[in-house]
Amino acid sequence: MSARRIEGAGLVDRAVELRFTFDGKPYKGYEGDTVASALLAAGVRILGRSFKYHRPRSVWGAWSDDPNAIVDIALNGTRFPNCQATTTYLSDGMEVRSVNAWPNANRDVKSVLNLASRFLPAGFYYKMFMWPDWHLFEPTIRKMAGIGTLGADVIEGYDATILHETCDLLVVGAGATGLAAARAAAEAGQAVLLVDDHSSVGGRLLSSLDPIDGQSPADWIDEHLRAIQSAGGRVLTRTTAIGVYDHHAVSLVEDRGLGTAPIVRRLRPSRMILATGAIDRPVTFVNNDRPGIMSLDGAAELLGRYRVLVGQEIAVLSNRPDCQQVVADLQAAGAKVQVLDPNQATAKAIGTRHVKALKSGGRVVPCDTVLASAGLTPAIHLWRHAGGKLDWDEARQAFLPGWGPDWVSVVGAANGVYDLELSLMTARAAGLGECIADRGTYTLPPLWPSVSAKGRQWLDFQHDVTVKDIVLAKQENMVSVEHLKRYTTLGMAGDQGKTSNMPALATMAELQGKPIPEVGTTTFRPPYTPIPLESYTSAHKGRAVAPLKRLALEGEHRKLNAAMGEYGGWLRPAWYGASNEEEEAVARECNTARNAAAIMDGSALGAIEVIGPDARAFVNFVYYNTMSTLKPGKIRYGFMLTEAGRVFDDGVMACIDDTRFVISCSSAHADAVMAHLENWRQDSFDPSRVHIHDATQNWSTVTIAGPKALEIVKDLGVLAEADFDDFPHMSLKHGSFNGVLARIARVSFTGDTSYEISVRNDHVEALWQAALEIGHPLGAGPVGTEALVVLRAEKGYILIGKDTDGETMPHDLGFTVPRIKKKAAFVGDRSLHTETANRVDRKNFVGLEVEDGGGLLPIGAHIVGSENGEPLSLGYVTSSHMSPTLGRPIALALLSNGANELGQIVTTWHMGEERKARVASPCALDLDGERIHA
Amino acid sequence: MQRFPCPFCGPRDEREFHFAGEADKDRPDTTQDISDEAWADYLFNCKNSCGPTREIWVHFPCQEYFIMERDTVTMSVAGTTSVRKDLT
Repeated sequence: MSARRIEGAGLVDRAVELRFTFDGKPYKGYEGDTVASALLAAGVRILGRSFKYHRPRSVWGAWSDDPNAIVDIALNGTRFPNCQATTTYLSDGMEVRSVNAWPNANRDVKSVLNLASRFLPAGFYYKMFMWPDWHLFEPTIRKMAGIGTLGADVIEGYDATILHETCDLLVVGAGATGLAAARAAAEAGQAVLLVDDHSSVGGRLLSSLDPIDGQSPADWIDEHLRAIQSAGGRVLTRTTAIGVYDHHAVSLVEDRGLGTAPIVRRLRPSRMILATGAIDRPVTFVNNDRPGIMSLDGAAELLGRYRVLVGQEIAVLSNRPDCQQVVADLQAAGAKVQVLDPNQATAKAIGTRHVKALKSGGRVVPCDTVLASAGLTPAIHLWRHAGGKLDWDEARQAFLPGWGPDWVSVVGAANGVYDLELSLMTARAAGLGECIADRGTYTLPPLWPSVSAKGRQWLDFQHDVTVKDIVLAKQENMVSVEHLKRYTTLGMAGDQGKTSNMPALATMAELQGKPIPEVGTTTFRPPYTPIPLESYTSAHKGRAVAPLKRLALEGEHRKLNAAMGEYGGWLRPAWYGASNEEEEAVARECNTARNAAAIMDGSALGAIEVIGPDARAFVNFVYYNTMSTLKPGKIRYGFMLTEAGRVFDDGVMACIDDTRFVISCSSAHADAVMAHLENWRQDSFDPSRVHIHDATQNWSTVTIAGPKALEIVKDLGVLAEADFDDFPHMSLKHGSFNGVLARIARVSFTGDTSYEISVRNDHVEALWQAALEIGHPLGAGPVGTEALVVLRAEKGYILIGKDTDGETMPHDLGFTVPRIKKKAAFVGDRSLHTETANRVDRKNFVGLEVEDGGGLLPIGAHIVGSENGEPLSLGYVTSSHMSPTLGRPIALALLSNGANELGQIVTTWHMGEERKARVASPCALDLDGERIHA
Repeated sequence: MQRFPCPFCGPRDEREFHFAGEADKDRPDTTQDISDEAWADYLFNCKNSCGPTREIWVHFPCQEYFIMERDTVTMSVAGTTSVRKDLT
């Protein structure tokens, strides 16, 4: 005989029937049911299988303390793996499947593993599958282990909403104690927030018929709820306080049902009262994992809330002095109940697929259900998160809150106060900020696992950790609780050790001959119950965190049918043409640049202004290159280093006047460079004498580069004709365009004569259009980022982060002079003279010419040598392109001692393929730099 | 989730801050001779004190660097002061 639904009010709404299936069979439940209560009411007892031995599993607890009933649920076409059947409220149309069982929980073929249990002790996998290679066994073991199956579908927009809230007092747990505390505080004028993880408030009162303060439990709950709300307090149900973090931070997660992302509330209450109750502790006896053996409080909760009577012939095995109340309620509901003495020799359950009898003290008691409770374990998880300590209480055989933070109080059963009257009194006092230390008297006779009993006694029901596994762990010296847990997988079930940890600690204590408090507990970590991972991220991800940077000219690029791509956070034109025509477009644009002129959008390049009387000293300090001698109107190329001497960024810097410099940095690096500069500005300079400002987004730049660049720029009229007489490469002039200031810089990233014209964003469209119009008859045209990358590679110009790695120093790139000559201090200076920096085998920046007639060298291919007959990596290819101008592949690389290897033939290796290449200068085009001055 | 008092913006969530280094660690004068050991000590060695510490942090939204005195065991923050001489 199994469980059934009985008459009576409860919390389920019998007017609303919900249909669902379990392992393919149709069932029905009611609004307010959990998946577990509906299945039990429908007479289903086996809800799953255990992890290791595939033994049948029913429910043990009725809420988050249940380690057994894990199920996969499909709802509206989406599958949700590993739901706790006891905490998942039933919805119409759910398709529930048991996990870790095939073909279903009722008939699981892998249950034969149970017969082999003696060969599967704790640590079995670690010991057995070492030789010859774990990876040989891993796929099969992973398939046999594991619980739910992760579906491939993703729910779009499944993002938790994170709310930041405030309150004076947070009360966790809305049982009688929590309600009393919240009411007292709310009526005293405090802003109170009361939360409970169930859908209804009332806690254990909902499982009780006894009058409270002369009222029925339902009336008492209702009156308190109204009083709290009319005093301005707030009450949230289905909301779990999952963790307490530093500086009073508490996270609340509101469950909104499967498929709807939770609401996460973060708050820092001034005070917090924990009225989280206590958790029933299993009795450890032989075959105590059989379906039909469950917790006393779980049975009471199923009866009170869902009107599910768990059995007809019930044996109660408990040392709790207060178990009589539950016994009376079960009898009133029509069950036959026998109370057995738990202190007899270890009991044994009889029956395989469900319990049929309990053998205790020489008697065999026929029964269909055993309610086993070895006492209460106060739920002190949040107290431990908050930094509170625990003291062992011998009378209650439990850890109770000891010393702790003064903003947190623990009341009621969570504090070991099991007397309702006293609980209410201390809770009301706590609500008013007062503390009553009295816990009353309560004595629980010790009832812990016996290590000498024959037969297997379960501690962690889901992971099949038995008393014998603890004995084995002790034998193998895994005596610390943290080792014990990891060695045996104890406490890793869905309930996270809420039921299994205390009996296991007691077992280890007995084995070591120590008192329980000396064995200690494992660390309590958030979250208190499993929550969706999305609760942590919410919408704080992707573009919401790092929005795409948009160019003022984006519309113009799109008009020219640009293929747009993301480069360092910016949406930039990759090439002009269809998205599948990259190769042709890049080749065409390279030819345009070399034969006429490239017209490019250079706005994404970082533009950081350094201003103030100490600006010159500052830039000289943050650059590797000497910047102190840079004259107004001049531009210099340089590197910024980290203090460890590594190349951090490169770019040109222009001197506007003695107190004003403009640093141009890699597009992707602007934010990091700003942070780097701020750091040094505030560390080593007087911030009132030097100021830095990121002006990247204030200017837009049109770059015109190529043999026809001068002609186009002259025609644009941004400078007077005479200005061009004295405007060499690496200098800067101010002119105007459409009557607004234009900054014209002669710098080049293509190796050709080049002008960068920067104007205010609102004038760049006209500038761009004018440049294209003038350039068109000359053969000039728009050139995108991909072609630019090729053009710069032809010249051997470095892309930091692509052609350099975390070890690259400036002298590896051929820039050796400042290292030797620069007298003033600069960031990273001393690091350039260490043993590492002086090594001759440092990786130098070189070019590679393909020598074997093949195509492009693969990027990342290693340049291989050998040492004592073993192959050795000497470096690797960093950039590789087909050069339309040269009509051959070009490549750049970092190569050990490469500067002294020019002309040598090297071998590259990639995915088993060997290639031959000749080491060359990084600059493959116009080595003398004639084009740049043309 | 800690809350730090920026000397300029007041108490803010820890996610707005970044650790910048231990306080009272001056950059050696690199125009003078410095031994490899002394430089390595400056670059890499930290006290990592268990208990009260003095550290430099930066508050990203206002970009100001400041000294924070806090306890790495209790996580309590004793206070923050600007590194800017004109404000201290």
